[in-house]
Amino acid sequence: MRTPFKSGIPSSEITSESAWLKRRQLMTAVAGGALVGSALASALVSPGASALAAGQSLRHRPATANSPAGFYTTESLTPYEDVKRYNNFYEFGTDKGDPARHAHKMSIDPWSVRVDGAVDKPGVLNLEDILTGFDLEERVYRLRCVEAWSMVVPWMGFPLSDLLKRFQPTSKAKYVQFYTLLDREHMRGQRSFTSSIDWPYVEGLRMDEAMNPLTLMAVGLYGKPMPNQNGAPIRLVVPWKYGFKSIKSIFRIRLTQRRPKTSWELIAPQEYGFYANVNPQVDHPRWSQKTERRLPSTLFSPNRRDTLMFNGYGEQVAHLYKGMDLTRDY
Amino acid sequence: MQRAVKPLLFLVCLLPLASLVWAAVNYQLGPDPGEKLMLEIGAWAARLLIATLLVSPLRTWSGWVSLLRLRRMLGLFCFFYASVHLSLFAHFYLGWVAERLLEEIVERPYISAGFTAWLIMLPLALTSNRAMQRRLRRNWQRLHRGVYAAAVLVSLHILWQVRSDFGEALVYALIFALLLAWRLMRYRKKQSSASNAKLLDA
Repeated sequence: MRTPFKSGIPSSEITSESAWLKRRQLMTAVAGGALVGSALASALVSPGASALAAGQSLRHRPATANSPAGFYTTESLTPYEDVKRYNNFYEFGTDKGDPARHAHKMSIDPWSVRVDGAVDKPGVLNLEDILTGFDLEERVYRLRCVEAWSMVVPWMGFPLSDLLKRFQPTSKAKYVQFYTLLDREHMRGQRSFTSSIDWPYVEGLRMDEAMNPLTLMAVGLYGKPMPNQNGAPIRLVVPWKYGFKSIKSIFRIRLTQRRPKTSWELIAPQEYGFYANVNPQVDHPRWSQKTERRLPSTLFSPNRRDTLMFNGYGEQVAHLYKGMDLTRDY
Repeated sequence: MQRAVKPLLFLVCLLPLASLVWAAVNYQLGPDPGEKLMLEIGAWAARLLIATLLVSPLRTWSGWVSLLRLRRMLGLFCFFYASVHLSLFAHFYLGWVAERLLEEIVERPYISAGFTAWLIMLPLALTSNRAMQRRLRRNWQRLHRGVYAAAVLVSLHILWQVRSDFGEALVYALIFALLLAWRLMRYRKKQSSASNAKLLDA
């Protein structure tokens, strides 16, 4: 079944960087004010963003057995409640339950994503542009964490390539760098003085990985807007890589000529590589990667299964790494 | 009143296990209950080790000698929780396959540290009764100083698992460090007063 979509937004509608900066300054000024300020702020709130906050369903094309290979799986889904309460989002604490407890403090309204670096048309996408300007589709992906657990999640979003093309990457664009929001006031993990992460969280992809049709910018799951603890309002999903590559709550995207250093690479390069492809033959020093626990598990059955090369997406992505030694480029 | 303390402590030590089992059977441990249970039980083993090591300094500071009578029970409960922790690991992560345990112990230092700590505590638990205490005499005390090595290994076991935030692990390590430092200081004091006594004799 297909639902009608609006066509893409013309580049004239993309907010320029200077306008975006001004808008943010205004918001900051407004946030400082009292009653008058909040009245102004609500006047500034976009319709798209408030639709997100209300928890309504978003229009999208569902994934089916007829979807292109890799976009769908018949494996049983990890229940919505479990996807929402078992998260690694260290900005809100390191316990799996911390994001569900604390992520509501993050404000996703208003939200905009700045795209700059090696692009012909740098600019800013506001959340309402994102929600109305892209064809949203469902993808049912396996998600494999480097800690050896996995889930099956019905995401909703659009290919990252659709987004990047609008900003017209130059020939110098070899890598894509992503930044999570930096907000010490509302993200308690960023305030922790015992954390070794240099905030904001940074991730990266090679250009061909970014342009692969599997690489998704997700704005929701289970047909609903993205819960804060899962990376609202917009996050990356790269199903053939370990979960930490799928960066949450993206605030900025920068195209670069040189390979960016990612947050985990900076902390422990011997444990976390830039590529981080799911690979049962290359063990992480602390967690064996040969098998995984598919969640939910029960007390009596760990629901353990063998981990697949590229998380089972080899057909779609193995060609990207031809000639590379994946034990070295892990 | 004094006689009620021991049974009361016994029940208190069982509380964490009981509440975790209760949470597990009521599906309150989340989508990965096995791991959650293993981690929580392990944390309680570490806390009970802290409690065991706290007995001596508390007795010295409070002068309440009868505190010593509670130490054996705390130590045994620590070993009990550590054993449940290890069994859960063997069940959920290794499927009781011995080769996988061997592989984990050889390849992953935090598991080697934790497992060695358990191995050290095993003879301490076995020799904890009064009969063994009498039989081993001075050797009993020597053997049971192994608990200090276990404390160091447990600290490493916790610290080596940290991904990016050292907060909680540092708290455990710091407490163990303080408890061991207190013993070192006491030992030094004894040594120096013993040598002073010798000097006076001479």
